[in-house]
Amino acid sequence: MIDYNSVISKRVQSIQPSGIRKFFDILENMTDAISLGVGEPDFPTPWHIRDAGIYSLEKGFTKYTSNAGMADLRREICNYLDRRFDLHYDPDTQVLVTVGGSEGIDCAIRCITDPGDEVLIPEPSFVCYGPMVSLASGVPVAIPLVADNEFRVSPEQLLSVVTDKTKAIVLPYPSNPTGGIMQREDLEAIAPILKERGIIVISDEIYAELTYEGKHVSMANLPGMYEQTLVVNGMSKSYSMTGWRLGYVCGPAPLIRQMTKIHQYAIMSAPTTSQHAAVEALRNGDEDIERMKEEYDGRRRFLVNGLRELGLDCFEPRGAFYVFPCIRSTGLSSEEFCERLLVEQKVACIAGNAFGQSGEGFVRMCYAASMHDLQEALRRIGLFLDSLK
Amino acid sequence: MDQRSKKLLSLLENDCTLNHAQLAALLNTTTEDVTAMIGSLEKQGVILGYKAVVNWEKTDLETVEALIEVKITPQRDKGFDRISERICQYEEVESCYLMSGGYDLTVIITGKTLREVALFVAQKLSTIEGVTSTATHFILKKYKQQNVFFAPKEEQKERLIFV
Repeated sequence: MIDYNSVISKRVQSIQPSGIRKFFDILENMTDAISLGVGEPDFPTPWHIRDAGIYSLEKGFTKYTSNAGMADLRREICNYLDRRFDLHYDPDTQVLVTVGGSEGIDCAIRCITDPGDEVLIPEPSFVCYGPMVSLASGVPVAIPLVADNEFRVSPEQLLSVVTDKTKAIVLPYPSNPTGGIMQREDLEAIAPILKERGIIVISDEIYAELTYEGKHVSMANLPGMYEQTLVVNGMSKSYSMTGWRLGYVCGPAPLIRQMTKIHQYAIMSAPTTSQHAAVEALRNGDEDIERMKEEYDGRRRFLVNGLRELGLDCFEPRGAFYVFPCIRSTGLSSEEFCERLLVEQKVACIAGNAFGQSGEGFVRMCYAASMHDLQEALRRIGLFLDSLK
Repeated sequence: MDQRSKKLLSLLENDCTLNHAQLAALLNTTTEDVTAMIGSLEKQGVILGYKAVVNWEKTDLETVEALIEVKITPQRDKGFDRISERICQYEEVESCYLMSGGYDLTVIITGKTLREVALFVAQKLSTIEGVTSTATHFILKKYKQQNVFFAPKEEQKERLIFV
Protein backbone atom coordinates (compact mmCIF):
# COMPACT_ATOMS: atom_id res chain seq x y z
CA MET A 1 0.00 0.00 0.00
CA ILE A 2 1.48 3.31 -1.02
CA ASP A 3 1.61 6.01 1.63
CA TYR A 4 0.44 8.99 -0.35
CA ASN A 5 1.35 11.41 2.39
CA SER A 6 4.97 10.49 1.87
CA VAL A 7 4.62 11.05 -1.86
CA ILE A 8 2.86 14.41 -1.86
CA SER A 9 5.20 17.34 -1.50
CA LYS A 10 5.31 19.00 1.90
CA ARG A 11 4.71 22.31 0.23
CA VAL A 12 1.47 21.20 -1.37
CA GLN A 13 0.34 19.50 1.83
CA SER A 14 0.88 22.72 3.74
CA ILE A 15 -1.72 24.49 1.60
CA GLN A 16 -5.13 24.54 3.24
CA PRO A 17 -8.19 23.76 1.16
CA SER A 18 -10.95 26.34 1.28
CA GLY A 19 -12.75 26.12 4.63
CA ILE A 20 -16.23 26.83 3.34
CA ARG A 21 -16.84 23.49 1.66
CA LYS A 22 -19.11 22.27 4.46
CA PHE A 23 -21.19 25.37 4.09
CA PHE A 24 -21.82 24.72 0.42
CA ASP A 25 -22.83 21.14 1.09
CA ILE A 26 -25.72 22.59 3.09
CA LEU A 27 -26.56 24.94 0.24
CA GLU A 28 -26.50 22.23 -2.40
CA ASN A 29 -29.29 20.28 -0.71
CA MET A 30 -31.47 23.30 -0.21
CA THR A 31 -34.31 24.39 -2.46
CA ASP A 32 -35.32 28.05 -2.84
CA ALA A 33 -32.10 29.32 -1.32
CA ILE A 34 -30.84 32.67 -2.61
CA SER A 35 -27.13 32.70 -3.23
CA LEU A 36 -25.22 35.92 -2.89
CA GLY A 37 -22.16 33.73 -2.53
CA VAL A 38 -20.76 33.16 -5.97
CA GLY A 39 -18.59 35.99 -7.21
CA GLU A 40 -19.40 35.74 -10.88
CA PRO A 41 -21.38 37.90 -13.31
CA ASP A 42 -24.97 36.69 -13.76
CA PHE A 43 -25.23 37.92 -17.36
CA PRO A 44 -24.60 35.50 -20.20
CA THR A 45 -21.67 36.46 -22.44
CA PRO A 46 -23.07 38.96 -24.98
CA TRP A 47 -24.25 37.12 -28.07
CA HIS A 48 -21.94 38.77 -30.60
CA ILE A 49 -18.98 37.55 -28.56
CA ARG A 50 -20.33 34.01 -28.26
CA ASP A 51 -21.07 34.09 -31.98
CA ALA A 52 -17.47 35.03 -32.78
CA GLY A 53 -16.32 32.00 -30.78
CA ILE A 54 -18.76 29.74 -32.63
CA TYR A 55 -17.72 31.18 -35.99
CA SER A 56 -14.07 30.44 -35.26
CA LEU A 57 -15.05 26.82 -34.59
CA GLU A 58 -17.00 26.69 -37.87
CA LYS A 59 -13.93 27.91 -39.69
CA GLY A 60 -11.91 25.16 -38.04
CA PHE A 61 -9.61 27.42 -36.02
CA THR A 62 -8.91 24.73 -33.46
CA LYS A 63 -5.11 24.58 -33.37
CA TYR A 64 -2.69 25.98 -30.80
CA THR A 65 -1.86 29.64 -31.21
CA SER A 66 1.55 31.18 -30.58
CA ASN A 67 2.57 30.91 -26.92
CA ALA A 68 1.98 34.57 -26.14
CA GLY A 69 -1.45 34.52 -27.82
CA MET A 70 -2.75 35.52 -31.25
CA ALA A 71 -1.13 38.66 -32.65
CA ASP A 72 -4.57 40.11 -33.42
CA LEU A 73 -5.66 39.61 -29.86
CA ARG A 74 -2.49 41.14 -28.41
CA ARG A 75 -3.04 44.19 -30.60
CA GLU A 76 -6.66 44.49 -29.46
CA ILE A 77 -5.59 44.18 -25.83
CA CYS A 78 -3.14 47.04 -26.31
CA ASN A 79 -5.74 49.17 -28.10
CA TYR A 80 -8.22 48.47 -25.33
CA LEU A 81 -5.84 49.34 -22.49
CA ASP A 82 -4.82 52.49 -24.30
CA ARG A 83 -8.41 53.51 -25.04
CA ARG A 84 -9.91 52.80 -21.64
CA PHE A 85 -7.11 53.18 -19.12
CA ASP A 86 -4.43 55.23 -20.86
CA LEU A 87 -1.94 52.35 -20.54
CA HIS A 88 0.50 51.86 -23.39
CA TYR A 89 2.06 48.51 -24.29
CA ASP A 90 3.78 46.99 -27.29
CA PRO A 91 1.76 44.01 -28.54
CA ASP A 92 4.88 42.14 -29.66
CA THR A 93 6.90 42.26 -26.46
CA GLN A 94 4.74 43.38 -23.56
CA VAL A 95 1.64 41.17 -23.61
CA LEU A 96 1.06 37.58 -22.52
CA VAL A 97 -2.36 36.03 -23.06
CA THR A 98 -3.17 33.64 -20.22
CA VAL A 99 -5.79 31.15 -19.07
CA GLY A 100 -7.79 33.67 -17.08
CA GLY A 101 -6.33 36.41 -14.95
CA SER A 102 -5.47 33.67 -12.44
CA GLU A 103 -2.78 32.13 -14.62
CA GLY A 104 -1.43 35.61 -15.23
CA ILE A 105 -1.07 36.17 -11.49
CA ASP A 106 0.55 32.76 -11.08
CA CYS A 107 3.04 33.41 -13.89
CA ALA A 108 3.84 36.83 -12.46
CA ILE A 109 4.47 35.47 -8.98
CA ARG A 110 6.54 32.54 -10.23
CA CYS A 111 8.52 34.80 -12.51
CA ILE A 112 9.84 36.99 -9.72
CA THR A 113 9.89 34.78 -6.63
CA ASP A 114 13.04 33.10 -5.31
CA PRO A 115 12.92 30.92 -2.20
CA GLY A 116 12.30 33.08 0.85
CA ASP A 117 11.22 36.16 -1.08
CA GLU A 118 8.35 37.95 0.55
CA VAL A 119 5.26 38.98 -1.37
CA LEU A 120 2.89 41.42 0.29
CA ILE A 121 -0.79 40.64 0.06
CA PRO A 122 -3.46 43.05 1.31
CA GLU A 123 -6.15 41.26 3.30
CA PRO A 124 -9.02 40.58 3.09
CA SER A 125 -8.51 39.64 -0.54
CA PHE A 126 -9.20 36.92 -3.04
CA VAL A 127 -7.90 33.58 -1.82
CA CYS A 128 -5.42 32.65 -4.54
CA TYR A 129 -2.45 34.92 -3.89
CA GLY A 130 -1.07 33.36 -0.71
CA PRO A 131 -1.06 29.74 -1.94
CA MET A 132 0.45 30.83 -5.27
CA VAL A 133 3.30 32.56 -3.45
CA SER A 134 3.84 29.50 -1.25
CA LEU A 135 3.91 27.19 -4.27
CA ALA A 136 6.54 29.44 -5.81
CA SER A 137 8.57 28.94 -2.57
CA GLY A 138 8.02 32.51 -1.54
CA VAL A 139 6.60 33.80 1.72
CA PRO A 140 3.18 35.49 1.63
CA VAL A 141 2.99 38.42 4.03
CA ALA A 142 -0.44 39.80 4.83
CA ILE A 143 -1.20 43.50 5.07
CA PRO A 144 -4.26 43.55 7.34
CA LEU A 145 -6.64 46.24 6.08
CA VAL A 146 -9.37 48.01 7.99
CA ALA A 147 -12.82 49.27 7.08
CA ASP A 148 -12.03 52.67 8.62
CA ASN A 149 -9.51 53.21 5.85
CA GLU A 150 -11.92 51.78 3.26
CA PHE A 151 -9.71 48.70 2.95
CA ARG A 152 -6.97 50.64 1.18
CA VAL A 153 -3.24 50.15 1.73
CA SER A 154 -1.80 53.13 3.58
CA PRO A 155 1.89 54.13 3.52
CA GLU A 156 2.13 53.44 7.26
CA GLN A 157 0.77 49.92 6.88
CA LEU A 158 3.06 49.29 3.96
CA LEU A 159 6.14 50.46 5.87
CA SER A 160 5.23 48.24 8.81
CA VAL A 161 5.49 45.08 6.73
CA VAL A 162 8.25 45.90 4.23
CA THR A 163 11.56 44.10 4.86
CA ASP A 164 14.81 43.52 2.92
CA LYS A 165 13.20 40.41 1.52
CA THR A 166 10.12 42.12 0.14
CA LYS A 167 10.07 41.35 -3.56
CA ALA A 168 6.60 42.26 -4.65
CA ILE A 169 3.17 43.47 -3.62
CA VAL A 170 -0.15 42.32 -5.00
CA LEU A 171 -2.57 45.22 -5.47
CA PRO A 172 -6.01 43.72 -6.05
CA TYR A 173 -8.17 46.77 -6.73
CA PRO A 174 -11.12 47.12 -7.18
CA SER A 175 -11.22 44.54 -4.45
CA ASN A 176 -12.86 41.20 -4.08
CA PRO A 177 -14.30 40.88 -1.38
CA THR A 178 -14.52 44.44 -0.04
CA GLY A 179 -15.49 46.48 -3.10
CA GLY A 180 -12.79 48.95 -2.04
CA ILE A 181 -10.76 50.84 -4.64
CA MET A 182 -7.51 52.79 -4.55
CA GLN A 183 -7.72 56.11 -6.33
CA ARG A 184 -4.83 58.01 -7.84
CA GLU A 185 -3.94 59.80 -4.62
CA ASP A 186 -4.02 56.56 -2.66
CA LEU A 187 -1.61 54.97 -5.12
CA GLU A 188 0.58 58.08 -5.14
CA ALA A 189 0.88 57.83 -1.38
CA ILE A 190 2.46 54.37 -1.48
CA ALA A 191 4.30 54.59 -4.81
CA PRO A 192 7.49 56.26 -3.48
CA ILE A 193 7.99 53.45 -0.95
CA LEU A 194 7.67 50.82 -3.68
CA LYS A 195 9.78 52.83 -6.10
CA GLU A 196 12.62 53.38 -3.66
CA ARG A 197 12.90 49.69 -2.84
CA GLY A 198 12.26 48.39 -6.35
CA ILE A 199 9.26 46.37 -5.16
CA ILE A 200 7.40 44.86 -8.12
CA VAL A 201 3.66 45.57 -8.22
CA ILE A 202 1.37 42.80 -9.40
CA SER A 203 -1.73 44.82 -10.09
CA ASP A 204 -4.76 42.55 -10.34
CA GLU A 205 -7.18 44.78 -12.23
CA ILE A 206 -9.74 42.18 -13.24
CA TYR A 207 -12.54 44.41 -11.84
CA ALA A 208 -11.15 47.65 -13.31
CA GLU A 209 -14.20 48.25 -15.51
CA LEU A 210 -16.49 47.93 -12.52
CA THR A 211 -15.44 51.17 -10.88
CA TYR A 212 -18.48 53.22 -9.93
CA GLU A 213 -16.94 56.42 -8.66
CA GLY A 214 -14.34 58.15 -10.75
CA LYS A 215 -12.19 56.32 -13.25
CA HIS A 216 -10.01 53.34 -12.51
CA VAL A 217 -6.34 54.24 -12.12
CA SER A 218 -3.60 51.64 -12.38
CA MET A 219 -0.31 51.79 -10.53
CA ALA A 220 1.23 51.61 -14.01
CA ASN A 221 -0.34 55.01 -14.80
CA LEU A 222 1.89 56.69 -12.20
CA PRO A 223 5.16 58.26 -13.33
CA GLY A 224 8.07 55.94 -12.62
CA MET A 225 5.87 52.98 -11.68
CA TYR A 226 5.20 51.66 -15.19
CA GLU A 227 8.64 50.04 -15.21
CA GLN A 228 7.95 47.93 -12.13
CA THR A 229 4.27 47.09 -12.53
CA LEU A 230 2.67 44.02 -14.04
CA VAL A 231 -0.94 44.69 -14.99
CA VAL A 232 -3.15 41.60 -14.85
CA ASN A 233 -6.55 41.84 -16.45
CA GLY A 234 -8.94 39.63 -18.39
CA MET A 235 -12.28 39.07 -20.01
CA SER A 236 -14.13 37.40 -17.13
CA LYS A 237 -15.65 40.26 -15.21
CA SER A 238 -15.83 43.05 -17.82
CA TYR A 239 -17.49 40.96 -20.51
CA SER A 240 -19.11 38.27 -18.38
CA MET A 241 -16.80 35.61 -19.81
CA THR A 242 -15.69 33.68 -16.72
CA GLY A 243 -15.99 30.23 -18.28
CA TRP A 244 -13.94 31.17 -21.35
CA ARG A 245 -10.87 31.38 -19.14
CA LEU A 246 -9.07 34.21 -20.84
CA GLY A 247 -6.87 36.83 -19.27
CA TYR A 248 -3.64 38.66 -19.92
CA VAL A 249 -0.64 40.28 -18.31
CA CYS A 250 1.08 43.39 -19.60
CA GLY A 251 4.31 44.84 -18.33
CA PRO A 252 8.01 45.44 -18.92
CA ALA A 253 9.28 43.32 -21.82
CA PRO A 254 12.03 41.51 -19.86
CA LEU A 255 9.47 40.26 -17.33
CA ILE A 256 6.90 39.29 -19.96
CA ARG A 257 9.57 37.36 -21.86
CA GLN A 258 10.37 35.26 -18.80
CA MET A 259 6.71 34.77 -17.92
CA THR A 260 6.07 33.58 -21.44
CA LYS A 261 8.56 30.75 -20.77
CA ILE A 262 6.57 29.59 -17.76
CA HIS A 263 3.34 29.81 -19.72
CA GLN A 264 4.90 28.05 -22.71
CA TYR A 265 5.91 24.98 -20.72
CA ALA A 266 2.90 24.80 -18.41
CA ILE A 267 0.07 25.76 -20.75
CA MET A 268 1.33 26.11 -24.37
CA SER A 269 -1.31 28.64 -25.36
CA ALA A 270 -4.64 29.94 -24.09
CA PRO A 271 -7.78 28.35 -25.61
CA THR A 272 -8.02 29.34 -29.28
CA THR A 273 -11.82 29.65 -29.36
CA SER A 274 -11.70 31.98 -26.39
CA GLN A 275 -9.01 34.09 -28.04
CA HIS A 276 -11.20 34.60 -31.10
CA ALA A 277 -14.18 35.54 -28.92
CA ALA A 278 -11.96 37.94 -26.98
CA VAL A 279 -10.92 39.76 -30.16
CA GLU A 280 -14.59 40.46 -30.87
CA ALA A 281 -15.23 41.52 -27.27
CA LEU A 282 -12.35 43.98 -27.22
CA ARG A 283 -13.21 45.39 -30.64
CA ASN A 284 -16.96 45.77 -30.25
CA GLY A 285 -17.81 45.25 -26.59
CA ASP A 286 -17.41 48.66 -24.97
CA GLU A 287 -21.19 49.13 -24.91
CA ASP A 288 -21.69 45.77 -23.22
CA ILE A 289 -19.37 46.86 -20.45
CA GLU A 290 -21.29 50.09 -19.91
CA ARG A 291 -24.64 48.33 -19.92
CA MET A 292 -23.62 45.73 -17.36
CA LYS A 293 -21.82 48.27 -15.22
CA GLU A 294 -24.90 50.49 -15.05
CA GLU A 295 -26.98 47.51 -14.03
CA TYR A 296 -24.52 46.48 -11.31
CA ASP A 297 -24.36 50.05 -10.08
CA GLY A 298 -28.13 50.13 -9.51
CA ARG A 299 -28.06 46.82 -7.69
CA ARG A 300 -25.13 48.04 -5.61
CA ARG A 301 -27.08 51.06 -4.39
CA PHE A 302 -30.13 48.91 -3.72
CA LEU A 303 -28.24 46.37 -1.61
CA VAL A 304 -26.13 48.92 0.26
CA ASN A 305 -29.19 51.09 1.07
CA GLY A 306 -31.15 48.01 2.06
CA LEU A 307 -28.45 46.68 4.38
CA ARG A 308 -28.00 50.08 6.00
CA GLU A 309 -31.74 50.37 6.55
CA LEU A 310 -31.57 47.02 8.32
CA GLY A 311 -28.99 48.55 10.62
CA LEU A 312 -25.86 46.84 9.30
CA ASP A 313 -22.79 49.01 9.14
CA CYS A 314 -21.85 48.99 5.49
CA PHE A 315 -18.78 50.64 4.04
CA GLU A 316 -19.42 52.19 0.61
CA PRO A 317 -18.15 49.74 -2.02
CA ARG A 318 -16.91 51.70 -5.02
CA GLY A 319 -15.90 48.84 -7.29
CA ALA A 320 -16.31 45.14 -8.22
CA PHE A 321 -19.69 43.61 -7.36
CA TYR A 322 -19.49 42.96 -3.65
CA VAL A 323 -20.84 44.53 -0.51
CA PHE A 324 -18.88 43.83 2.66
CA PRO A 325 -21.09 44.73 5.62
CA CYS A 326 -19.81 44.57 9.17
CA ILE A 327 -21.84 42.13 11.25
CA ARG A 328 -20.13 42.66 14.62
CA SER A 329 -23.26 44.36 15.98
CA THR A 330 -25.01 40.98 15.88
CA GLY A 331 -22.52 39.48 18.33
CA LEU A 332 -21.95 36.59 15.94
CA SER A 333 -18.73 35.57 14.24
CA SER A 334 -18.66 35.79 10.45
CA GLU A 335 -19.00 32.05 10.11
CA GLU A 336 -21.83 31.80 12.63
CA PHE A 337 -23.64 34.61 10.87
CA CYS A 338 -23.33 32.96 7.46
CA GLU A 339 -24.21 29.49 8.63
CA ARG A 340 -27.24 30.61 10.61
CA LEU A 341 -28.43 32.94 7.85
CA LEU A 342 -28.25 30.04 5.43
CA VAL A 343 -29.93 27.48 7.66
CA GLU A 344 -32.57 29.79 9.12
CA GLN A 345 -33.39 32.06 6.17
CA LYS A 346 -31.80 30.33 3.18
CA VAL A 347 -29.57 33.17 2.08
CA ALA A 348 -25.99 32.27 1.19
CA CYS A 349 -23.12 34.69 1.59
CA ILE A 350 -19.45 34.23 2.42
CA ALA A 351 -17.83 34.73 5.81
CA GLY A 352 -15.28 37.54 5.64
CA ASN A 353 -12.54 35.49 7.27
CA ALA A 354 -12.51 33.21 4.20
CA PHE A 355 -10.50 36.07 2.68
CA GLY A 356 -7.99 36.34 5.50
CA GLN A 357 -8.22 36.85 9.23
CA SER A 358 -8.76 40.60 8.89
CA GLY A 359 -12.09 39.82 7.20
CA GLU A 360 -13.48 38.52 10.50
CA GLY A 361 -16.52 40.52 11.55
CA PHE A 362 -17.62 41.02 7.95
CA VAL A 363 -19.50 39.02 5.33
CA ARG A 364 -19.26 39.22 1.56
CA MET A 365 -22.46 39.55 -0.44
CA CYS A 366 -22.30 39.51 -4.21
CA TYR A 367 -24.86 41.69 -5.98
CA ALA A 368 -24.44 40.05 -9.38
CA ALA A 369 -27.98 38.75 -8.80
CA SER A 370 -31.40 39.84 -10.03
CA MET A 371 -33.19 42.74 -8.36
CA HIS A 372 -35.91 40.35 -7.23
CA ASP A 373 -33.40 38.04 -5.59
CA LEU A 374 -31.76 41.00 -3.89
CA GLN A 375 -35.13 42.24 -2.64
CA GLU A 376 -36.03 38.81 -1.26
CA ALA A 377 -32.56 38.37 0.23
CA LEU A 378 -32.91 41.70 2.05
CA ARG A 379 -36.31 40.68 3.38
CA ARG A 380 -34.88 37.42 4.71
CA ILE A 381 -31.79 39.10 6.17
CA GLY A 382 -34.18 41.50 7.92
CA LEU A 383 -36.09 38.58 9.44
CA PHE A 384 -32.82 36.99 10.49
CA LEU A 385 -31.56 40.16 12.17
CA ASP A 386 -34.92 40.59 13.96
CA SER A 387 -34.68 37.04 15.28
CA LEU A 388 -31.33 37.89 16.88
CA LYS A 389 -32.72 40.82 18.88
CA MET B 1 -38.33 64.26 -22.23
CA ASP B 2 -35.44 64.06 -19.80
CA GLN B 3 -32.89 61.25 -19.75
CA ARG B 4 -34.07 59.87 -16.42
CA SER B 5 -37.66 59.45 -17.58
CA LYS B 6 -36.43 57.58 -20.65
CA LYS B 7 -34.30 55.35 -18.46
CA LEU B 8 -37.28 54.73 -16.17
CA LEU B 9 -39.44 53.80 -19.16
CA SER B 10 -36.91 51.32 -20.46
CA LEU B 11 -36.57 49.73 -17.00
CA LEU B 12 -40.34 49.37 -16.70
CA GLU B 13 -40.69 48.10 -20.25
CA ASN B 14 -38.19 45.41 -19.35
CA ASP B 15 -39.73 44.53 -15.97
CA CYS B 16 -42.78 46.34 -14.66
CA THR B 17 -42.77 44.35 -11.41
CA LEU B 18 -39.79 46.29 -10.04
CA ASN B 19 -41.06 48.22 -7.04
CA HIS B 20 -40.45 51.91 -6.55
CA ALA B 21 -37.57 51.36 -4.12
CA GLN B 22 -35.79 49.14 -6.63
CA LEU B 23 -36.37 51.62 -9.43
CA ALA B 24 -35.09 54.40 -7.21
CA ALA B 25 -31.84 52.50 -6.62
CA LEU B 26 -31.44 51.81 -10.32
CA LEU B 27 -32.02 55.48 -11.14
CA ASN B 28 -30.02 56.79 -8.19
CA THR B 29 -32.91 58.79 -6.82
CA THR B 30 -35.57 58.62 -4.09
CA THR B 31 -38.65 56.40 -3.95
CA GLU B 32 -40.87 59.51 -3.80
CA ASP B 33 -39.27 60.84 -6.97
CA VAL B 34 -39.94 57.56 -8.80
CA THR B 35 -43.56 57.56 -7.66
CA ALA B 36 -44.00 61.10 -8.94
CA MET B 37 -42.31 60.34 -12.27
CA ILE B 38 -44.44 57.27 -12.88
CA GLY B 39 -47.61 59.15 -11.98
CA SER B 40 -46.75 61.87 -14.43
CA LEU B 41 -45.87 59.43 -17.23
CA GLU B 42 -49.14 57.60 -16.72
CA LYS B 43 -51.08 60.85 -16.75
CA GLN B 44 -49.40 61.95 -19.98
CA GLY B 45 -50.37 58.66 -21.59
CA VAL B 46 -46.73 57.65 -22.06
CA ILE B 47 -47.19 54.57 -19.90
CA LEU B 48 -50.36 52.91 -21.18
CA GLY B 49 -50.51 49.71 -19.17
CA TYR B 50 -48.67 46.90 -17.40
CA LYS B 51 -49.04 43.32 -18.62
CA ALA B 52 -47.61 39.85 -18.10
CA VAL B 53 -46.10 37.82 -20.93
CA VAL B 54 -48.01 34.51 -20.81
CA ASN B 55 -47.10 31.20 -22.37
CA TRP B 56 -50.64 29.85 -22.88
CA GLU B 57 -49.25 26.57 -24.16
CA LYS B 58 -48.39 25.71 -20.59
CA THR B 59 -52.03 26.00 -19.57
CA ASP B 60 -55.01 23.88 -20.60
CA LEU B 61 -56.59 26.85 -22.31
CA GLU B 62 -56.68 26.43 -26.09
CA THR B 63 -55.86 29.60 -27.99
CA VAL B 64 -55.00 30.34 -31.57
CA GLU B 65 -53.22 33.41 -32.72
CA ALA B 66 -52.99 34.72 -36.25
CA LEU B 67 -51.20 37.54 -37.98
CA ILE B 68 -53.29 39.05 -40.75
CA GLU B 69 -51.96 41.20 -43.54
CA VAL B 70 -54.73 43.65 -44.42
CA LYS B 71 -54.91 45.97 -47.41
CA ILE B 72 -57.24 48.91 -47.12
CA THR B 73 -58.29 51.91 -49.16
CA PRO B 74 -57.35 55.08 -47.31
CA GLN B 75 -60.21 57.53 -46.81
CA ARG B 76 -60.28 61.17 -47.69
CA ASP B 77 -59.15 63.35 -44.74
CA LYS B 78 -58.90 60.41 -42.34
CA GLY B 79 -56.30 58.36 -44.26
CA PHE B 80 -55.83 54.94 -42.70
CA ASP B 81 -56.89 55.95 -39.20
CA ARG B 82 -60.65 55.62 -39.43
CA ILE B 83 -60.66 52.03 -40.71
CA SER B 84 -57.85 51.03 -38.36
CA GLU B 85 -59.73 52.41 -35.39
CA ARG B 86 -62.82 50.48 -36.42
CA ILE B 87 -60.79 47.28 -36.69
CA CYS B 88 -59.35 47.86 -33.23
CA GLN B 89 -62.84 47.94 -31.71
CA TYR B 90 -63.15 44.15 -31.95
CA GLU B 91 -61.89 42.52 -28.80
CA GLU B 92 -60.49 39.64 -30.83
CA VAL B 93 -57.94 42.13 -32.18
CA GLU B 94 -54.94 42.05 -29.92
CA SER B 95 -52.69 44.37 -31.90
CA CYS B 96 -52.99 46.51 -35.01
CA TYR B 97 -50.11 48.30 -36.72
CA LEU B 98 -49.89 50.46 -39.83
CA MET B 99 -47.12 49.10 -42.05
CA SER B 100 -44.87 50.23 -44.85
CA GLY B 101 -44.34 47.79 -47.71
CA GLY B 102 -46.61 45.36 -49.49
CA TYR B 103 -49.72 45.75 -47.34
CA ASP B 104 -51.19 48.32 -44.98
CA LEU B 105 -52.09 46.83 -41.62
CA THR B 106 -50.80 44.00 -39.50
CA VAL B 107 -53.66 42.78 -37.36
CA ILE B 108 -53.02 40.19 -34.67
CA ILE B 109 -56.05 38.16 -33.67
CA THR B 110 -56.56 35.68 -30.86
CA GLY B 111 -59.36 33.15 -30.76
CA LYS B 112 -60.20 29.74 -29.31
CA THR B 113 -59.96 27.72 -32.51
CA LEU B 114 -58.68 28.01 -36.07
CA ARG B 115 -62.30 28.09 -37.18
CA GLU B 116 -63.17 30.95 -34.88
CA VAL B 117 -60.28 33.05 -36.18
CA ALA B 118 -61.05 32.16 -39.81
CA LEU B 119 -64.69 33.11 -39.34
CA PHE B 120 -63.72 36.40 -37.75
CA VAL B 121 -61.58 37.28 -40.75
CA ALA B 122 -64.18 36.15 -43.28
CA GLN B 123 -67.24 37.60 -41.64
CA LYS B 124 -66.05 40.63 -39.73
CA LEU B 125 -62.70 41.88 -40.95
CA SER B 126 -63.08 41.36 -44.69
CA THR B 127 -66.51 42.87 -44.75
CA ILE B 128 -65.47 46.21 -43.31
CA GLU B 129 -65.86 48.87 -45.92
CA GLY B 130 -62.48 49.90 -47.28
CA VAL B 131 -60.80 46.54 -46.56
CA THR B 132 -59.74 45.27 -49.96
CA SER B 133 -57.89 42.06 -49.09
CA THR B 134 -56.62 39.91 -46.22
CA ALA B 135 -53.99 37.17 -45.87
CA THR B 136 -54.11 35.10 -42.70
CA HIS B 137 -50.98 33.55 -41.17
CA PHE B 138 -51.46 31.35 -38.13
CA ILE B 139 -48.78 31.53 -35.45
CA LEU B 140 -47.52 27.99 -34.83
CA LYS B 141 -45.01 28.50 -32.07
CA LYS B 142 -43.62 31.40 -30.12
CA TYR B 143 -39.91 31.60 -29.42
CA LYS B 144 -39.62 35.10 -28.10
CA GLN B 145 -42.03 37.94 -27.41
CA GLN B 146 -41.28 41.39 -25.99
CA ASN B 147 -37.75 40.24 -25.28
CA VAL B 148 -38.90 37.24 -23.27
CA PHE B 149 -37.82 33.76 -24.34
CA PHE B 150 -40.47 31.05 -24.31
CA ALA B 151 -38.14 28.09 -23.87
CA PRO B 152 -37.09 27.69 -20.24
CA LYS B 153 -33.64 29.06 -19.56
CA GLU B 154 -31.15 26.26 -19.12
CA GLU B 155 -28.80 26.89 -16.27
CA GLN B 156 -25.28 25.58 -16.41
CA LYS B 157 -25.36 22.80 -13.86
CA GLU B 158 -21.80 22.46 -12.69
CA ARG B 159 -20.59 25.78 -11.52
CA LEU B 160 -17.78 26.77 -9.27
CA ILE B 161 -19.38 27.48 -5.93
CA PHE B 162 -16.90 29.97 -4.59
CA VAL B 163 -14.92 32.63 -6.42
